[in-house]
Amino acid sequence: MTEPRLRAEELTLAYDKRVVADKLDVGITDGSFTVIVGPNACGKSTLLKALARVLKPQSGAVWLDGQAIASYPSKQVAKQLGMLPQAPIVPGGIVVEELVARGRFAHQRLLRQWSPEDETAVAEAMRLTEVSDLADRFVDELSGGQRQRVWLAMALAQQTPILLLDEPTTFLDLSHQFEVLDLCAELHEQGRTVVAVLHDLNHACRYATELIVMKAGSVVAQGPPAEVMTAERVEEVFAMPCRVIDDPETGTPMVVPADRHRRRGVRTPEAARA
Amino acid sequence: MRTVIRGAGLSVRVYPRALIVGVLLLLAALAVALVNLTTGDFPVPVADVLRSLAGKGDAGTDFIVYELRLPRVLVTLLVGAALGASGAVFQSLTRNPLGSPDFIGLTTGAASGALIVMLIAGGGGAQVGAGAIVGCVITAVVVYLLAFRRGVQPFRLVLMGIGVSALLEALNSYLIYRARLNEAIAAQVWLIGSVNGRGWTEVVIAAVTVVLLLPTVVYFGRHLKLLALGDEMAVLHGVPVERSRAILALAAVGLSAGATAAAGPIAFVALAAPPLAARLSRSPSAGILPAAMMGAALLSAGDWAAQNTLPDVDMPVGIITAALGGVYLTWLLFRERGARR
Repeated sequence: MTEPRLRAEELTLAYDKRVVADKLDVGITDGSFTVIVGPNACGKSTLLKALARVLKPQSGAVWLDGQAIASYPSKQVAKQLGMLPQAPIVPGGIVVEELVARGRFAHQRLLRQWSPEDETAVAEAMRLTEVSDLADRFVDELSGGQRQRVWLAMALAQQTPILLLDEPTTFLDLSHQFEVLDLCAELHEQGRTVVAVLHDLNHACRYATELIVMKAGSVVAQGPPAEVMTAERVEEVFAMPCRVIDDPETGTPMVVPADRHRRRGVRTPEAARA
Repeated sequence: MRTVIRGAGLSVRVYPRALIVGVLLLLAALAVALVNLTTGDFPVPVADVLRSLAGKGDAGTDFIVYELRLPRVLVTLLVGAALGASGAVFQSLTRNPLGSPDFIGLTTGAASGALIVMLIAGGGGAQVGAGAIVGCVITAVVVYLLAFRRGVQPFRLVLMGIGVSALLEALNSYLIYRARLNEAIAAQVWLIGSVNGRGWTEVVIAAVTVVLLLPTVVYFGRHLKLLALGDEMAVLHGVPVERSRAILALAAVGLSAGATAAAGPIAFVALAAPPLAARLSRSPSAGILPAAMMGAALLSAGDWAAQNTLPDVDMPVGIITAALGGVYLTWLLFRERGARR
């Protein structure tokens, strides 16, 4: 098998002296919809940041197309790889369309700052994320969910074959969560490699073609959800007894947590009445 | 709201309103400059000034225009533009409306450099300008190093700058206190910031500053739009963050240093010009050129007011900008409080 376009080799990631991941090796299968799952503080987002070269590794390297990602000119990487960060700074006084248009920077040059391709890319990104109607609204006046979709539009406007998404469904209500996940699936079907960090294991199993399960800074398992998501593994990684059944809708693994609360003998209203 | 201009390999998106505001501000600055050429101890009609500028004036008018007034008017325009542009860059880099060179110690540092030359080394003229530039650059480096901790957090930079500024104020007061009375008065007057009696030397200092550095910051202004969204976002979209920021910051330090070298530490123009320009053009980030035009217009208008507010008194323009700046700052703080509620 050929090497994947994007991979990490012996990656050690740390904030100051607190090591988050030690000598991590992981490859992102080309053309996959990879979802990274794991408990809080296991290093999922940190890994994503390192893959997007936003966080410099303490040692080891991220490789893009067989070359260390840090050795490319910044713009060249930005044409290949885009990312939706977790909590971007919300600028004041800027309208949605203008913000999404800034996502075209990597494709622009001094004298060619606004080509027809830029125009269509921005319109398309806004249409896909359903923010076209918000085009002239100020970003800092939007709701959390609307804003999240605007940031996603900005990342889409970049039109990169590889797209990393750090918790793209935060701030979104249930229907918008699924809309965003459907959109990711659509982008994946169009041939992009999509990597997302998600909290909801059932969402992950439904949409991912491949899961990366992380615990305490290392990759515990990587593979198709049906192989990776077992009750034993969930209990091992999340310290959470559960059953894994088939999702009645999709047939993908569905994690049903064990009822710890009632078993502890907490009296439920029904029990109290009985 | 937006218009696209395309043709012959060129394709840019312009915001007509920003363009119109920029052009109007430039025209306003030039108009006030023209008025300033006509007024003074010897009023000269506009027609005579224009004839003189066209090279067809009589000797007397030529002397008044070229020797007495034009240098002052040019210094005013150039220094105003340099301050406006410098403020726009710093406020954008620090993501803070108070992150302008006169707040984060750069102007005070330039003043310290100039005072050391004036009061200790006993230099004058261009040497004072050189002292101001050296003082400004050293202060910038010190503030940067003090604020550095795994990269520079913009807010830390502003706080450090304010702290360093306070220290340098103390140094400046000490330098003046220990000087002889006549020197101390001269230094104190210089500290107000003024374009009175500026000659062609100062014009050259300010012109070189603007000609070299304004195009630099305008070119990298595109990067500034993404840097304003945070380092992470800028990296993701292909901005070479460290390099862009270093170049922008150095160029803005240079603009501020050159301005102070030519006219002394003029307060508040760098602080107020960019947000005022942004407000007029209803654009999110203060475009650097509109901010520069606003700076030139503000300072020219300020100098007109300095010459005409009190009869027979030619005040330093720094007094006017400080007064206007105080009003602006109060308004800014009131508005902030309103917004938080």
